[in-house]
Amino acid sequence: MNWYEFFFMGGYALYIWGAYAVTFVAMGGEVILLIRRQKAVRDHMQTFRSIHEVET
Amino acid sequence: MTQLKINCYKYASPAKFYVLAGKLIPWFALPAGILFFLGLYLGLFVAPTDFQQGEAYRVIFVHVPAAWMGMFLYILMAFYAALGWAFNARVSSMMASSLSVTGAMFTGLSLLTGSLWGRPTWGTWWVWDARNTSTLILLFLYIGFIALQSAIEDSRRADRAGAVLALVGVVNVPIIYFSVQWWNTLHQGATIRIIDDTTMAGSMLAPLLIMIAACWLYSVAVVLARVRCIIAEREELRPTEAVA
Repeated sequence: MNWYEFFFMGGYALYIWGAYAVTFVAMGGEVILLIRRQKAVRDHMQTFRSIHEVET
Repeated sequence: MTQLKINCYKYASPAKFYVLAGKLIPWFALPAGILFFLGLYLGLFVAPTDFQQGEAYRVIFVHVPAAWMGMFLYILMAFYAALGWAFNARVSSMMASSLSVTGAMFTGLSLLTGSLWGRPTWGTWWVWDARNTSTLILLFLYIGFIALQSAIEDSRRADRAGAVLALVGVVNVPIIYFSVQWWNTLHQGATIRIIDDTTMAGSMLAPLLIMIAACWLYSVAVVLARVRCIIAEREELRPTEAVA
């Protein structure tokens, strides 16, 4: 099997690669959004902590 | 005895669960990544061409895991929401909120990939048959749950309102599952059967099962990561605990 045949997928390339692409984008997107949310939480807690340290 | 009892309830505390979840995430994320690669390799390179559907059937390796996760995560979400409501357990309610997002994503994916599979095999992107319609309702239930929770300012009230919606909606899951048996539908029947023999060749079944396992592990990892964010955002942590 050569690469052309592989990407051609017996004429179903649009559907197969379309399905895999949306899945990849959705799951990858979820992970990226979560990492950004986690970073925001961490930054917020850092300030929260330094305020606490100043106060006590 | 008292010691044991204390340990059992230890992780019901959001701050304790925050730490535990953080430790658990890599144990799910790493195997998920490995299984995704293995499943994709077996599904795209090793599994043979289907004699009826040609290459088009290969959508199954993303469609079926997504559809299963959409349904299972809903049941899990309703379960956690009910637990949080009945026992006033905050971590359980936060787990429900965390599950709703991933569940909605997988349900959306099952509709999209189903559409991309339906076009070449059924000749249409969409039909208003039992399976498709009930899955669309599942997506609306998820969206309703998320919208309802974000519309209520007080997080504990939001948890309770969400729990009612989640529990009422759970009736839809068996309807989706049995829709292909109860009604005439374009959608093909179940290939993986619990009682009968599975109607699928081993070389096609293996990547499918691997992809399902990968999606499970992935879901656990992202749900735990999100629940950590929710715990922190609801300011359940004391400043001294707010590390890592």
